[in-house]
Amino acid sequence: MRLEVLKTYKIYIGGQFPRTESGRYYSPLSKTGKKLANVCLCSRKDFRDAVVAARSAFAGWSNRAAFNRSQILYRMAEMLEGRKAQFIDELILQGATRAAAEKEVHLATDRLIYYAGWCDKFQQLFSAVNPVASSHFNFSAPEPTGVVAIIAPQGDALLGLVSLIAPVIAGGNTCVVLAAADKPLCAVTFAEVLNSSDLPGGVVNILTGKPEELASWFAGHMDVNATFYCEKDTDIQKMIREKSADNLKRIHFYDTIDWYSDKGQSPYFIMDAQEIKTTWHPVENIAGAGGGY
Amino acid sequence: MATTKKPIRSKKAAVAKTNSIKLKFDTGWTYAPAPESKSAASINKQYDLFINGEWQKPESRKYFDTINPATEEKLSEVAEANAADVNKAVAAARTAYDKVWKKMPATERAKYIFRIARIIQEKARELAIIESLDGGKPIRESRDFDVPTAANHFFYYAGWADKLEYAFPNRKAQPLGVAGQIIPWNFPLLMAAWKIAPALATGNTVVLKPAETTPLTALKLAEIIQEADLPPGVVNILTGAGATGAALVNHPDINKIAFTGSTDVGKIIQRAVSGTNKRVTLELGGKAANIIFEDAPLDQAVEGVINGIFFNQGHVCCAGSRLYVQESVAKEVIRKLKDRMSSLLVGDPLDKNTDIGAINSKQQLDTILKYISIGKKEGAEMYESNCRLPNKGFFCRPTLFTNVAQSNRIAQEEIFGPVLSILTFRTDDEVIEKANNTPYGLSAGVWTDKGSKIFNLTKRLRAGVIWANTFNKFDPGSPFGGYKESGYGREGGLHGLLPYIELTS
Repeated sequence: MRLEVLKTYKIYIGGQFPRTESGRYYSPLSKTGKKLANVCLCSRKDFRDAVVAARSAFAGWSNRAAFNRSQILYRMAEMLEGRKAQFIDELILQGATRAAAEKEVHLATDRLIYYAGWCDKFQQLFSAVNPVASSHFNFSAPEPTGVVAIIAPQGDALLGLVSLIAPVIAGGNTCVVLAAADKPLCAVTFAEVLNSSDLPGGVVNILTGKPEELASWFAGHMDVNATFYCEKDTDIQKMIREKSADNLKRIHFYDTIDWYSDKGQSPYFIMDAQEIKTTWHPVENIAGAGGGY
Repeated sequence: MATTKKPIRSKKAAVAKTNSIKLKFDTGWTYAPAPESKSAASINKQYDLFINGEWQKPESRKYFDTINPATEEKLSEVAEANAADVNKAVAAARTAYDKVWKKMPATERAKYIFRIARIIQEKARELAIIESLDGGKPIRESRDFDVPTAANHFFYYAGWADKLEYAFPNRKAQPLGVAGQIIPWNFPLLMAAWKIAPALATGNTVVLKPAETTPLTALKLAEIIQEADLPPGVVNILTGAGATGAALVNHPDINKIAFTGSTDVGKIIQRAVSGTNKRVTLELGGKAANIIFEDAPLDQAVEGVINGIFFNQGHVCCAGSRLYVQESVAKEVIRKLKDRMSSLLVGDPLDKNTDIGAINSKQQLDTILKYISIGKKEGAEMYESNCRLPNKGFFCRPTLFTNVAQSNRIAQEEIFGPVLSILTFRTDDEVIEKANNTPYGLSAGVWTDKGSKIFNLTKRLRAGVIWANTFNKFDPGSPFGGYKESGYGREGGLHGLLPYIELTS
């Protein structure tokens, strides 16, 4: 008989897999009360390191051609499809039935492909050439907000995670994500998918730990541009609103969205982490020729 | 002191500005041949028709040769589809449309198209070699432009398949049915991609006819479509010449005709479908004006003009074939152009150093030579580079005409070869009038350092694509198509979906 080699579940910062700087761990349990793993209990300092990594990755990622970002998101879907079995096993460990686990992995893969397609298309829907009255060429187009701090849904451990990350990075942002506290296994494995998908390090950083401990840092950090939260906890929502006022973070609460439904994906999720930039340019008006024919 | 020195300074400046030192290229340095290997490509001896997901013998029982225009050697022979073959292909496309493709969830449709894009990427080298062998274009262009852009086009439109409800707010996008698509020989694989990708993404099925001189990459694409496991009949590829195209256009069960080619044939198609409900989009000829103002960065502009007219041997519908130069810089621009032309390498399309490959066919070479002699007869002054041409195959030196009048045929008619007509102008008004004085309206170029002038020109030029301080740029996300007799409908981008859908409320 051969002894099984157990996987160490670490966090993902700047394209590396470190342990938490705090040295702490917690042990989420399966439905039957079996210990899933010893998982990093991330601290405020881990979050700070992750924000530094996300900020450094922002310039490179947001300057990539939109088409290139779409190729990379598609590659992520290919990698996820290839490791389907592992994700299904982990979802089952975390309490899903086999059928539900399969469905979740399939949907998560298709969702990545869905957003891969949007990378170079949403701009065409949300941009405008504005017919100003003066002789100017005037246009508005979306640009990424910057670093987005995401507290992933606590329920749909893989689909929720992918549904939050994909639109944010499709639009050229970078992010720091806190995985579902009780179901962190597939989030860490998803980091391995990201790591093998040509996604530059630092674009997505994944932490494990407790939302109640970390949410205030997600909302308060002065180098974070937007914070997304997915639970109905009104105390935490109030705290996020307050803290985010310090640097006017864009905040979105996705607390009523069924990630399994069609409402779980749309280009409007991309727009939640976009700014609109308007450019004015003079148009010379010196020739009488009108180009009549 | 200062006043006595002044004239000397300005004289020096004048010398520096005209930069009258001629560049010399006839040194001892030559390029060693760097041919791409043919071994990375496999071409069958004979190709049948791709109908209903399988290779079928033609009802016509006829095959015709496709040759390498650089060597005049036979590459393969391909089936000639007749009306009965067109019938079979349209029937297969109809069945696939009714039974499979229009019912398939859009997400799944998208995944098929993504697969095609990926397999094109995987086989990019082979496709580039075959494109250059069959069509004569330099391997550098087929490798770096045609094939990657074709893959990207499939990739781009794949993503639209399940997002159409966002593209057309308040309307429902419905497919049209079976699309008959006819493409030219200048960008064989790329044009196939431009046609097939948006049609499939919007839920239509396709019967495509590649040009008779360049069928091979379309047939390779058929193999890729098989490999991608696309349901049978969704894409059918029929080889043949004009008669095959006519049978396709006139087939009663076709819902849409998409044609890229000459304006003459475009007009025939529009007449042919009168009295039917067939939708039509046409991407036809052009005679693009490329306009250089005196404040333009001239070296950059000269590169742009060279690329604009000599890219793909000038076999480009949007080629910048009329150059308008502001008088004050005309002499300098013409000299720089001649210098640059003498550095262009004409020869073996498979050589990685080659700038200008083979003219696509004997027939096209004859057309180009006819126009060169017309230009001379009309009184324009011809200049051609003095490069050596290969002994075999169809080749043409890069050529320009100066002293061209607006009314000359070489300034009015599409030559579709490496021949540039140069005219001059003094004012903005004049150049706008002259540039627009053509039945065509596909593209135009503007070269100036002044942004506000660019936008003035882009507003007044009557053409579907305007390049400012660049030329011949293409992207799957950017709509392409013409005004006036350059056709109608757009390919690329969000607007490229419209030709393949019906909008219902």
